[in-house]
Amino acid sequence: MKFYRSHILVSINETSLAAGVQEFITALRNELAKNDLAEEINILETGPLGFFGRGICLTVYPENINYEGVKIEDIPELVQEHFLKGRPVKRLMVGVTEKFSPKFNYENRIVLRNSGIIDPENIDDYIGAGGYVALEKALTNMQPNDIIAEVKKSGLKGRGGAAFPAGLKWSFTSALDVPQKYVVVNADEGEPGTFKDRLIMEGDPHQLLEGIILCARAVGASKAYIYIRGEYKLCIARLEKAIKQAYDYGILGKNIFDSGFDLDIELKIGAGAYVCGEETALIESLEGNRGTPRWKPPFPGVEGLWKAPTIVNNVETLANVPFIIAKGADEFLQYGTPDCPGTKVYTILGDVAYPGLCEVDMGTTLRTIINDYAGGMKKGFRFKAALVGGAAGVILPDRLLDVKMDFTSLNQYSAVLGSGAILVLNEHQSIVDLLWSILRFFRHESCGKCSPCKNGTQQLYQLISKIRKGNGTMEDVNLMLLIAETMQQTSFCALGQSPIMAVRSAIENFTDEFIEITKK
Amino acid sequence: MAKTVNVFIDGHHLEVPETMTIIEAADKIGIYIPRLCYHPDLPPTGNCGVCVVEIAGNPTPKRACCTPVAEGMKIVTNSKKLRSYRKTVVEMILSNHDVTCPTCPANNKCELQSLANNLGVDSEALPNILVKTPADESSLSIIRDTNKCIGCGRCITVCNEVQTVYALTFAERGIDTHIDTAFSQGMANSPCVNCGQCTVYCPTGALHERSELDAVWEAILDPEKHVIVQEAPSIRVSLGEEFGMPLGSVTPKKMYAALRKIGFDSVMDTNFTADLTIMEEGTECVTKLKAGEKRPLITSCSPGWIKFMETYYPDLADCVSTAKSPMSMFGVLSKTYYAQEKGIDPAKIVSVAIMPCTAKKFEARRPELSDSGFQDTDYVLTTREFIRMIKEAGIDFANIPDEEPDEGMSFYTGAGTIFGATGGVMEAAIRSAYYLVTGTDLQNVDITAVRGLEGVKEASVDVPGFGKVNVAVAHGLSNARKVLDRVREGLATKGESPWHFIEIMACPGGCVGGGGQPYGNDIASRARRGLALYEEDRNLPVRMSHHNPEVLKVYEKFLGEPNSKLALKLLHTHYFKRSVFNGQVTAEITHKHG
Repeated sequence: MKFYRSHILVSINETSLAAGVQEFITALRNELAKNDLAEEINILETGPLGFFGRGICLTVYPENINYEGVKIEDIPELVQEHFLKGRPVKRLMVGVTEKFSPKFNYENRIVLRNSGIIDPENIDDYIGAGGYVALEKALTNMQPNDIIAEVKKSGLKGRGGAAFPAGLKWSFTSALDVPQKYVVVNADEGEPGTFKDRLIMEGDPHQLLEGIILCARAVGASKAYIYIRGEYKLCIARLEKAIKQAYDYGILGKNIFDSGFDLDIELKIGAGAYVCGEETALIESLEGNRGTPRWKPPFPGVEGLWKAPTIVNNVETLANVPFIIAKGADEFLQYGTPDCPGTKVYTILGDVAYPGLCEVDMGTTLRTIINDYAGGMKKGFRFKAALVGGAAGVILPDRLLDVKMDFTSLNQYSAVLGSGAILVLNEHQSIVDLLWSILRFFRHESCGKCSPCKNGTQQLYQLISKIRKGNGTMEDVNLMLLIAETMQQTSFCALGQSPIMAVRSAIENFTDEFIEITKK
Repeated sequence: MAKTVNVFIDGHHLEVPETMTIIEAADKIGIYIPRLCYHPDLPPTGNCGVCVVEIAGNPTPKRACCTPVAEGMKIVTNSKKLRSYRKTVVEMILSNHDVTCPTCPANNKCELQSLANNLGVDSEALPNILVKTPADESSLSIIRDTNKCIGCGRCITVCNEVQTVYALTFAERGIDTHIDTAFSQGMANSPCVNCGQCTVYCPTGALHERSELDAVWEAILDPEKHVIVQEAPSIRVSLGEEFGMPLGSVTPKKMYAALRKIGFDSVMDTNFTADLTIMEEGTECVTKLKAGEKRPLITSCSPGWIKFMETYYPDLADCVSTAKSPMSMFGVLSKTYYAQEKGIDPAKIVSVAIMPCTAKKFEARRPELSDSGFQDTDYVLTTREFIRMIKEAGIDFANIPDEEPDEGMSFYTGAGTIFGATGGVMEAAIRSAYYLVTGTDLQNVDITAVRGLEGVKEASVDVPGFGKVNVAVAHGLSNARKVLDRVREGLATKGESPWHFIEIMACPGGCVGGGGQPYGNDIASRARRGLALYEEDRNLPVRMSHHNPEVLKVYEKFLGEPNSKLALKLLHTHYFKRSVFNGQVTAEITHKHG
């Protein structure tokens, strides 16, 4: 094996691709060769790095120096200074404060532990990092029920928003004695501001595959589909490559590891409807129908894809499973809270110093996430509110900054963790504008199947537009509450049941803004 | 036997099969849960959100129409909150609805109107959000006014699942969601067969027939025109309920009296040509049987079925009887035989048909149905239009004294009248075919095996001198597919059809369940109307078509004999192949005799 004195990890993700990372790598390679460094310094293309910097981001080992926003023009200086003279280029380095450092972000990672460290396009890298150990263990030393027992014991809850215990869900389906069952991965990440699944898939696609195989083995499914957002081009490419590699290694297909267990995985590209993140609408879409929800019961676990029992799990949920099986549920229970064990991946955006993603223990407070992991507020701005959970989330004011971020604690404030998106607003932002934007989104994404959601989203949008223009009254504000509550109680699926959270939290937590704008 | 469970609805304990939904269980004990999109004949879509009920242990209400009962379930069907939600849901629907009740065809029959009234909602509680779009008026039979659509999806369910025609679907999403034909090409450019079941199940006035009332009034009020009218068998059992009489009242003579009072110049009866159809079709059938034909003969009276066949089963077109429908036979005779007998210039005759059917409007406009030298049938009114006409004329239908029809083309037998129920054409045909083969009358003319509402009915009849004649009856086009697929399979594998003679009616229940029938035309009332026709049949003095004196007279004086050259010219037709994408004619597939 070749020995390099230094490794440059280059993050290849949608952001860096947009910044021209491919041309950058070619230029960097040429520059290194020009300086006779090609044999000494290795360039590794990885998934998203540990921190979420802007533009093209690099990590250099063994020094563990992080650069962000690097441009082709910077390459000669970088090579001269860092790689020839050993002096890191300070102006390109990621800012480090007392509390914030990209390193700190690595401490409690489960699903992102390999992200940014291994080459996501190489199965050997994943295996080298301990990948597929859980699968080998599950197929050779465990019965399907043992897998379910372990997942149940871990207390893993669904990470897509509904927080249903994964082990329990699996046990319903595994108990059914039918010839065909399916596993469907919900990778149709559509919640505004959420891109955690994208980064999980970009950074470590094999971990997701391993989770799918474990789930299929546990419930007795022989076919799995990954229903993925069409915009996630890089994820799609990497998953396709990963699936092919897994087939080549005998990890997918017939008689995996001589266990007699067969599994095929297929990718299905979504067409961009928010409602298709709802599991039954997703199934309709998979079947080739219009993406509208089905009534539950029967639940998909009993009657799902083509009427067969179907497990629908979120990407992050399944990505946790290899860790649980490899290390054991007890190890997993060390993370998070007793009620919500494990970690959660958040995407933080808006007016914070370092927008991006972090994976932290369940139960970490919103304040800690914003201050420690996102580097606090952007310089010169004060915190006003955070929209937690995406459009189907709640708007929290500063007095709730110390709320613990887990499924149970947030429930006390009629809030939800949802997908884990956190949008931070500074003191100059208008809550009315934010609500308008959310309601415009719902109006656009309602599937139109049921009348409360179809008509309600339009009513809410028209009312907030009127209020925003200064033509509304407090009666209109109260009407919005009535409509949103009626939608919550009478809509067919979670989409129409959701706008109440933004509407109520905006109006209750920021009443003064509504009084002010309706005064005229 | 399904497992039963114990449920409690508003404190009432009941034990019901576990396959039941909450709304079915509540209906069973007479607890009415307000509803809009739910219809007992169709699988629930759960679209409207009105039928929500509280179930103990659930944080939010559930839809009673699609939630199955479960052991120990405690259900509350009314509460302050439920009332508020239901009202707001209906107010939201009204805010997106073209509220023009007084002039709407569904006025007083509209389920949204009565629900809003019952719940005491304020139609102006919410700002209007309706964006008006033009109605689809492309079809000769059906008008689709999206501004009145509430998105319940019943029309789609009935079109796609009951009729398997696939003309309608949801398009776009959110507030822009609407029901549409493929690529918004309009009903006339879709596989729509004009059966009108969508208009029957539409809870509002969004789907209704293309009205020809004005044109008919114009003709009646024009002294130059001689307006002759015919009424389909099912009409006489579908009027009474609209005027306070019991459902299924048999009222042919009040019907004649009303028509005469409205001002029709000549009041005749389609039942007469139903008997004539049996003579033509029965003769065709007997000829085929005697020749040992391996391909079946299929009835041709139902225009929805004919367009369906032309679209989806053109390979079986040669099996379909060439006999025109009773309506079209009447149409052509009204401008030939009748004109001749009465000495009236056929150009001045306006031939009007009152039909339980929207597809008849399309049939009447078929260019090939003009063998009289004119368009054989000028106007078709549905039962619903006829009821409006009676009301416009201010006729007290329930109390109008009975009158006889005019003579010449109005006498009918029991065989003619049962044409209006599924299995009726088959039963009528068997009664006469038996005679045509054996020369003697059947002793027991009640062929009960082909009666009733089972989707596909089969029977075997012993005909002396021939042997067993196997017959099948299908009503509703999804049932027609079942039969036709077996015919195709039999022809392909064994070279012969499982049946010699097949009756197909497009609408479930037959014509009594037609797309032009009064609103609220559910399966239960179709069954009741069907029974009323059999009741009339039982009480008629003549029950076999070949004994109809006026039919015998028309052969003697005008046509010669069944399937004569003139009969083939005037009373028989031919068929076309149509595109499954837009319903347009692509080729002529059978040729006209005579």
